[in-house]
Amino acid sequence: MSDKVVVTGIGLLTANGLNTEDVWSATLSGRSGLATISRFDADQYPARIAGEVSGFVPEQHIPGRLIPQTDHMTRMALAAAEGAVRDAKVDLTNLPEFGAGVVTAATAGGFEFGQRELENLWSKGPEHVSPYQSFAWFYAVNTGQISIRHGLKGPAGVLVGDQAGGLDAVAQARRQVRKGLELMITGGADSALCPWGWVAQLASNRISRAAEPDRAYLPFDGRACGYVPGEGAAMLVLRPAAGRDVVPAEAYGEIAGHAATFDRRSAAGTSPALRKAIEIALADASLTPGEIDVVFADGHAVRGLDDAEAAAVADVFGARRVPVTVPKTMVGRLYSAGPVLDLALALLAIRDGVIPPTVNSTPDPDHVLDLVLGEPRAQQLSTALVLARGYGGFNSAMVVKSMEG
Amino acid sequence: MSQRVAVTGLGVVAPGAIGTENFWSLLAEGRTATRRITFFDPAPFRSQVAAEIDFDPAEMGFSPREIRRMDRFAQLCVVAAREAVADSGADFANADPYRVAVVIGSAVGATMSLDSEYRIVSDSGRSWLVDHDYGSPRLYEQLVPSSMAAEVAWLVDAQGPVTVVSTGCTSGIDAVAYGAEIIRDGRADLVIAGASDAPISPITLACFDAIKATTPRNDTPAEASRPFDNTRNGFVLGEGAAVLVLESVAHARRRDATIHGEIAGFASAANAYHMTGLRKDGYEMAHAITTALAEARVSPASVDYVNAHGSGTKQNDRHETAAFKKSLGSAAYNVPVSSIKSMIGHSLGAIGSLEIVASILAMKHNVVPPTANLQHPDPECDLDYVPRTAREHRTDVVLTVGSGFGGFQSAMVLTSGRHDER
Repeated sequence: MSDKVVVTGIGLLTANGLNTEDVWSATLSGRSGLATISRFDADQYPARIAGEVSGFVPEQHIPGRLIPQTDHMTRMALAAAEGAVRDAKVDLTNLPEFGAGVVTAATAGGFEFGQRELENLWSKGPEHVSPYQSFAWFYAVNTGQISIRHGLKGPAGVLVGDQAGGLDAVAQARRQVRKGLELMITGGADSALCPWGWVAQLASNRISRAAEPDRAYLPFDGRACGYVPGEGAAMLVLRPAAGRDVVPAEAYGEIAGHAATFDRRSAAGTSPALRKAIEIALADASLTPGEIDVVFADGHAVRGLDDAEAAAVADVFGARRVPVTVPKTMVGRLYSAGPVLDLALALLAIRDGVIPPTVNSTPDPDHVLDLVLGEPRAQQLSTALVLARGYGGFNSAMVVKSMEG
Repeated sequence: MSQRVAVTGLGVVAPGAIGTENFWSLLAEGRTATRRITFFDPAPFRSQVAAEIDFDPAEMGFSPREIRRMDRFAQLCVVAAREAVADSGADFANADPYRVAVVIGSAVGATMSLDSEYRIVSDSGRSWLVDHDYGSPRLYEQLVPSSMAAEVAWLVDAQGPVTVVSTGCTSGIDAVAYGAEIIRDGRADLVIAGASDAPISPITLACFDAIKATTPRNDTPAEASRPFDNTRNGFVLGEGAAVLVLESVAHARRRDATIHGEIAGFASAANAYHMTGLRKDGYEMAHAITTALAEARVSPASVDYVNAHGSGTKQNDRHETAAFKKSLGSAAYNVPVSSIKSMIGHSLGAIGSLEIVASILAMKHNVVPPTANLQHPDPECDLDYVPRTAREHRTDVVLTVGSGFGGFQSAMVLTSGRHDER
């Protein structure tokens, strides 16, 4: 029996689109959602550009009673999960009672909700704190709310590893499917675009202070000056290829390999652990470097981190031997949702035979990476590697593969 | 299940007990570590008791910079991890660093730092547009609890998978289970797995006050945590950390390590019902228990001890009692069941790992820790909850369970390794 785990549904919500096909067409046409923050007055802060989701009306996606008890990021998580389930064309009531579960990644929790309740506590007193604060901000909330909304009683999981956590969650979902689950919803959602979350992000010293959106997030470019935070949600439905009512030919592709590693503390400027993660993920997928058709890079746009990532990719694949892209230049870094968005874009790229571009960056023409710049590149694809790195030294690598591959 | 997973190292920082030996003494003597809150003035709060740890980071060997860098939940975790690493006797310095993993559970991360930092940048809630000039340079690490897993990884130069599991109040069981899966998958030779939470801060108190989850029994703090007692009226917030070293039984035997116990089975389920509410029938927890027993190939009748979630809310105690009856059948009435939260409170994401260590120590000593303060049993909770006094009892198979917000239910089966011979 095959232990193939396949993606049968995708749900996305980002600064350049409110559903999967909108995100995909915006991404192929290079449309950026980065702009000056509008959610709060950011004038007083040294950084003002972000990838805000605008035009999202939560009432159109989730029941009204959930609005007062949810942070913005949970509403996006629920909308993306619903989109993924709809896309998967699966009747959840037709699955075994404990046969479907949820694993999400989280980074910041529901920070805007948390700021409001902290303000209530410290300006008015403890009796003014919302009863929903007990769960609306915490890292596990999205998994819980998705499980309740869709009636999923199987294993529940939540992983935190900054941006790398997104891939680790998908890998854990794959593990659950291999252990016998019929379906897992997995992915991430994050938004820390409130003043309190913004100040916390500024402390990382990795946030771009550029004033112009098209100059703000330039990975692998000599002018790189940090990244732009975004917000959004990316959810996938994972099924066993041999599962009930699964039509493998209709799946987007297979989650073929994964590995996670951690940087040595003293490994400044290099990342042997990232290279190791790539190697283990390829081995897990039973693929050689020559069989990888495209790399979705992490692309921090922090000089030392970019150099280390470029070196790791070049070490494994050879200089300019594989196309590399960073479509998150259009929506910002989405933390837990970031690499799951990249997985989704990689699967869509395989479906349509086209690599989405990296926008705004103009690396040296002899850069060690062959970056797909400005315009999408038409190319037959059957495999992709997605890389994600988290603050503190977390590395994660995942390989997806077309169903024919 | 291809590989049996051994526990070869233990480390604990608990209320009333720093270190595994002290922890066991407290449990075996049935002492309680709950008291009126001293960290700040609890007068404005409905619930004013907690299980606090007398923990001085400088005394524990942290440098001033480390103290600044690490939130209290990270400090507790690092101390527990140091003890577990030393206890394991494993030669981390000569291990393949890519084969060493770290999995740490936490429900609320650096919540103490976030609460106090928020107060400063907002000037005590005066300003929505908080001022970054007053922000700590460590604020981003405090935002993202994976920073704590990094601190533990640095202890042993781990370069394999490093992550934080944050499934609310089941984090402590789920993190150890995740660590065991990494061993079974063959992705690591040694895993440091455990959990830590230090949630005793005004915001945590206020949010549990708001849903009346914590006890208002403020007059008798030492007797405030009363799981399964008819007079109970909420849990007592706690803090703590417990860390284990995991490896395959084969790996442990090869290096002649002392095996404290084995992780024989695990399962989790969600009630898909309510973020904080539980249905009375315990149906989903019963499913998790049944599945974990099946994975461990253990029959309900051979469970020697049930380490309960026993938080001391009416809702939980009845839910859980129903789950034990449903999953264990008549054996539920014969097996001792107890809640160590009666002594050390409920440290949210950490408690699951503390309860795993307590379960392993129960097997080591063949003693079942008691449920302190249980004087007037709830008629709806009619199992043997080992009231007030520890009991000598041959213990080779333990079931430990957790239940938390989000509807999450987890169950783990631990064995002494001796039960094969019995």
